[in-house]
Amino acid sequence: MTHKQPKLDLSPKVSDEIRKTTCYMCACRCGINVHMKKDPLGDLKVAYIEGNRDHPVNQGVLCAKGSAGIMQHNAPSRLSSPMKRVGKRGEGKFEHISWDEAYDIAESWLRPIRESNPEKLAFFTGRDQSQSFTSMFAQSFGTPNYAAHGGFCSVNMAAAGIYTMGGAFWEFGQPDWDHTKLFMLFGVAEDHDSNPIKMGIGKIKARGARVIGVNPIRTGYNAVADDWVGITPGTDGLFILSMIHCLMKAGKMDLNYLAQYTDAAVLINGDEKSPEYGLKLRDENGKELVIDRTTGKLTPYDQKGVKPDLAATHREAGITHRPVFHQMAEMYLDEQYAPEAVAERCGISAKRIRTLAAELARVAFEESFELAHEWTDFRGEHHTTMTGRPVSFHAMRGISAHANGFQTCRALHTLQIILGTVEVPGGFRFKPPYPKPATAHPKPHCKVTPNAPLDGPHLGFVHGPDDLALKDDGTPARIDKAFTWENPMSAHGLMHMVISNAYAGDPYKIDTLFMYMANMSWNSSMNTTGVQDMLTDTDESGEYVIPRIIYSDAYSSEMVAYADLILPDTTYLERHDCISLLDRPICEADAVADAIRWPVVEPDRNVKGFQSALCDLGARLGLPAFTNDDGSQKYADYADYIVNHERRPGVGPLAGWRMGENGLQGGRGGVNASQLDNYIANGGFYVEHIPDGANYYKPWNADYQDWAVKMGLYDSPQPYLFSLYAEPMRKFQLAAEGHGDRQPPDHLRQRIKEKMSPLPIWYETDQQGNEGFTITALTQRPMAMYHSWGSQNAWLRQLHGRNPMYMPTNLMREHDLKDGDWAEVTSPHGTITVPVMEMAALNPNTIWTWNAIGKRKGAWALDKDAPEATKGFLLNHLIHELLPPKGDGLRWANSDPITGQAAWFDLKVAIKKTAQPADAQSQPNMPPINSPVASAPDELKWKVGK
Amino acid sequence: MTQLPTRTEKKLGLVIDLDTCVGCHACVISCKGWNTENYGAPLSDQDPYGADPSGTFLNRVHSYEVQPEQGDAQLIHFPKSCLHCEDAPCVTVCPTGASYKRVEDGIVLVNESDCIGCGLCAWACPYGAREMDQAEGAMKKCTLCVDRIYNENLPEVDREPACVRTCPSNARHFGDLGDPNSDVSKLVAERGGMDLMPEQGTKPVNQYLPPRLKDRLAQDAEQIDILAPFLEPVATEAKGFLNWLDKTLEKL
Amino acid sequence: MHPAPSVIFFSTFSGLGFGLMIFLGLGMPATTGFNAFIFFTIAYLLAVGGLISSTFHLGHPERALKAFTQWRSSWLSREAWCAVAALILMAVYGAGLVFFDQRWIIIGLLGALASLATVFTTSMIYGQLKTIPRWNSPLTPANFISLCIAGGALMAGQTTAAIILLAIAGVIQVATWLRGDTAFAQSTTDMATATGLGSIGTVRAFEPPHTGTNYLLREFVHEIGRKHAQKLRIIAISLMAILPIVFLLLPFNHFMALFAVVAHIGGVLTARWLFFAEAEHVVGLYYGKR
Repeated sequence: MTHKQPKLDLSPKVSDEIRKTTCYMCACRCGINVHMKKDPLGDLKVAYIEGNRDHPVNQGVLCAKGSAGIMQHNAPSRLSSPMKRVGKRGEGKFEHISWDEAYDIAESWLRPIRESNPEKLAFFTGRDQSQSFTSMFAQSFGTPNYAAHGGFCSVNMAAAGIYTMGGAFWEFGQPDWDHTKLFMLFGVAEDHDSNPIKMGIGKIKARGARVIGVNPIRTGYNAVADDWVGITPGTDGLFILSMIHCLMKAGKMDLNYLAQYTDAAVLINGDEKSPEYGLKLRDENGKELVIDRTTGKLTPYDQKGVKPDLAATHREAGITHRPVFHQMAEMYLDEQYAPEAVAERCGISAKRIRTLAAELARVAFEESFELAHEWTDFRGEHHTTMTGRPVSFHAMRGISAHANGFQTCRALHTLQIILGTVEVPGGFRFKPPYPKPATAHPKPHCKVTPNAPLDGPHLGFVHGPDDLALKDDGTPARIDKAFTWENPMSAHGLMHMVISNAYAGDPYKIDTLFMYMANMSWNSSMNTTGVQDMLTDTDESGEYVIPRIIYSDAYSSEMVAYADLILPDTTYLERHDCISLLDRPICEADAVADAIRWPVVEPDRNVKGFQSALCDLGARLGLPAFTNDDGSQKYADYADYIVNHERRPGVGPLAGWRMGENGLQGGRGGVNASQLDNYIANGGFYVEHIPDGANYYKPWNADYQDWAVKMGLYDSPQPYLFSLYAEPMRKFQLAAEGHGDRQPPDHLRQRIKEKMSPLPIWYETDQQGNEGFTITALTQRPMAMYHSWGSQNAWLRQLHGRNPMYMPTNLMREHDLKDGDWAEVTSPHGTITVPVMEMAALNPNTIWTWNAIGKRKGAWALDKDAPEATKGFLLNHLIHELLPPKGDGLRWANSDPITGQAAWFDLKVAIKKTAQPADAQSQPNMPPINSPVASAPDELKWKVGK
Repeated sequence: MTQLPTRTEKKLGLVIDLDTCVGCHACVISCKGWNTENYGAPLSDQDPYGADPSGTFLNRVHSYEVQPEQGDAQLIHFPKSCLHCEDAPCVTVCPTGASYKRVEDGIVLVNESDCIGCGLCAWACPYGAREMDQAEGAMKKCTLCVDRIYNENLPEVDREPACVRTCPSNARHFGDLGDPNSDVSKLVAERGGMDLMPEQGTKPVNQYLPPRLKDRLAQDAEQIDILAPFLEPVATEAKGFLNWLDKTLEKL
Repeated sequence: MHPAPSVIFFSTFSGLGFGLMIFLGLGMPATTGFNAFIFFTIAYLLAVGGLISSTFHLGHPERALKAFTQWRSSWLSREAWCAVAALILMAVYGAGLVFFDQRWIIIGLLGALASLATVFTTSMIYGQLKTIPRWNSPLTPANFISLCIAGGALMAGQTTAAIILLAIAGVIQVATWLRGDTAFAQSTTDMATATGLGSIGTVRAFEPPHTGTNYLLREFVHEIGRKHAQKLRIIAISLMAILPIVFLLLPFNHFMALFAVVAHIGGVLTARWLFFAEAEHVVGLYYGKR
């Protein structure tokens, strides 16, 4: 009997056209091929989305979110037109209006503010990927009140990295995936840089190299880790310092690296009476001083032939000045960091800590290797090879989102540095424009002048009390109290404090709150219910306490209902964007790169890219950055800005295809009117590789420094030493000790002295008021969802349509719980009632759930009975932006005292078994809000071609 | 004919690395996207924005917790789609000949225009690889992207299944498992690739690479002994340490 | 397995209809003319009604003719052939009895054989499935055939035969249940072989691939009502065999015969519901359910 089978067309047409742009389903910014097909009417429609193989970020791969982009693009939750509120705030009742009317309203609110007191506008952009543009609007408007969402995300990681070594993880750098032999991952990391890390783990796994995961929860990357360390949340810093203790005690450090490339040999002023006590000794040019081992003399660190001495001290006028390394030895050799002393608090046995430290040492020093790349360092010394130390680390929000997160991140960077694994083959590598030390970044600016721009960029890096954003009377200049004594080094602002501060009128009242892509009435706020009340509360005169709210979003998020004026944004396939070197770049360790988005389809609704709307609004308000000298509108839209704006001469938002003397060139150059077409022709991105020999040891590599100047990343070569010792922190300590004119308020003095240690320390986060609440409750973001956006996506919401509370086996038994039972989870701030599930691979004192799956009924064009709204829940109800009262009459922020980073993961709870709620819905169960969009279809059969 | 071919020229299939899969669902959605737009009827979704959304998916990622006798529990992500069995029971039960196994490459397919939607093939499949599309009333299953792997409209490098192309951690491999010299066959040999439910006698072509041994730094006494000398103290006091440092630096 | 009403009705009624045909084909009762017409009408209503009901669960019933093509490998295709053969043969045979007062013995025997084969092929659709250990046993065809013949005897008014056959069917039914209860455990398919992870330790399903339901869970993982299984089994066996036997043992009475038939049908429907509802497909293992 012969086998019969139908004849198949094995080469069907895949698409009519491929349009290449950049994904925006999360913040990863992968390149995508959007396959366009003609529908039966002959219109080109989005038919299929896949990764772009040529793109530097994702090299062809694409995650679930990216592949589901088509469902985001056609989501029924898309807003369709500008709207003004007609009901009460929070009801979700709106009237559609024209763009003209929307601009009129916005102008009528904003113009008087700018003319009288620009600080009355608070402009905060959430998951914004155009911060260099939106900040320009705010700066030109003149308000000091601008930031994006870094303050409630991972500012601790970013700032600690910049202050310590001139860059951190993700956008700043990455492991040397091709050479590393041991990769150690701390905390939840699935939410940032997702595809590159997955690709990297894949490479490591293919080689059979070791991955160690340090995380209370064994999911995702920790599930594939060869070794899992189920640490007690918030103790990562202690664990790291204990490993540092072990390594130092055993002499397992890269002493040469420490001496040459870090401040370990830099001398610290030892004169206890001096106002510079504890600061670095410097010469008249401000260069740090070291003892040269060859000559035994005091010398600036960067002179030719200098071999900084880690051991030598300098005695002058009866005072001994000792190098940083002495202080480190004294501090970390102390038995308080011995594994036996920390084991119980960390939930890791002393033996395990030693084994892990020993493995780090073994791989760093026994498996080191040489790459045959010649290079010359900044002291002019020529090296014939590059030494590789194949140990690399990564961490993001997991260790950041604690009130001790900044020091913990500093500790992790210190560990990398003493092993000599930063910017070496096999270790951690910066991505251009990083390395870039804190001193090369701007400082914060806050000087307000009516009818004039702010005196400089809002955000930056402080180097001492003089750089704080304080008014002349010492009160905070910014509504979020960033860069104040409460959190001096808040480099990304504190978006999570804006609404509560504005509501309290502390430090002052505002008039208009203007937000973009920030779901502040739901999953992006601590204390969700409280924030909803603040947004809807009225004063004696019946006016809202926060008088006006303008909000821009593409979708019907929970926040829409709380705004007075809605500016509808486009989907990511309908807009221009630039992923700019001025902003949050997408470079690789081996290359500089940037990218665009462009409208692969035109919007079919009355919507406009938010940045284009700002171009219009800025011109109407006459903001200098948005108007020509004749008063006419400067940028017709965002695309116009992207091409024609120059931040510095020859440096614009995009670095590719700029106009040089001999035609188009990358890096510096003049405006090229067809720049966007050049990008589109190249697949939506620009990439230029770093020459061999310049691609490691970047902070000290003369060839790299020269290349970076040529590319416009720096204006002059600026080699620097890594700061194991953070001098700016010492300056704040000095102020707290009474030195200097700018003095902290007395109630903060002690805290500043303790917490601003210039060498990394660990401290227990403040648990006063938490008595009886002993279990840590965490969230993490599923890899297939991004914040709350995923729920409106018909494909993604099938993966994660509800979220149980995962509890470890021991707690399930202790509380007599079975899968599907319900429990009350209580914090000092509130209670939620939620379904539970058992998980064995979990720290025994930790419970957790997926982040932002719970939805408000009526939002996102979902049915009111959607599982997201009935079974799903937010942990946010349990978290307050302030700590429980301590009885000192003050309310302390639930943030890191150094950066103000929101301490999401310090949450402590108690659990109790309870009956299923009568309506079988998780509690609190909020009433529905009106949906401002049409209802969704009952069935999807999405197929463009036939 | 629904009889199985006596032999196939190739045995195309997937090798799925359980040691590497991070459970990101990229393959699930990439598959959904490609197969909604391509081969046969779109993969429909019922109640997509409602209380009980349920759609057709040809690839789903499970997760399992495994508790060893000693040590911490482990979590394993587990993607599962059609295994393109050599002895595919789904094919022989089909009354209409809609289900068949290709002679050229062993891919098991459904010819949708012949499918009466009786569901028997899904009953016969032990792996849950087939799903009846509720809108179309026909059986859908993994096609191993038969409309990609030979497609001359695609660049050669893209002629692989959508799930393999998109997998960020490279946990999915595609090739000819009938050729002992193919990359996939070598991988299976090296890493001890396994059949799912071998006792069902389906002889799956797709292979699963088991997770490597975990938590050896905590469990394995030999490893711990090897590592101990790396932390031999050079001195216990800060002062002694600095003396050591001085001496060591001289040697540098 | 999902107990789809269409399939339960189909297998119950067509089983009964073909059972009646078997007896008619064997000349039991040896009726002709109008009496025969009544018997044949009942048999056809049951068999064809059942067959039509079975098409309700098809996605594309209009393509049903294609189901005749794969008789070499597919029990469902064979069932289609057998059913058509039985219906044609019995139609010819019935026409002889009704219109010509002729009993064409060979055709009758062939029709009876085809009817029996139809029920056998139906049972083998289920019995062949290794994926459902409870069904994957010779007891499945034995169960279907014994019920079909006993029901046929009952319908055909073959009191003595019916009593004996009902008793046999009852015993086989109980045996089917008892064996079925341990079948999954004895099949050696479990979480360990399903995932291949058994060598590491005890395997437990953690997160399902999707938080919502899907075709597989709806079709193969039916857990509702299982807790009433023991009660339903008692009801089923009582209605299917015990009560009809009691009714038949009582002095003959048309009402009693009718009660016996009705009880029997109720019992078989219940048993068929249990047949599906209690069947555990191995795919449930992947969802941590079975």
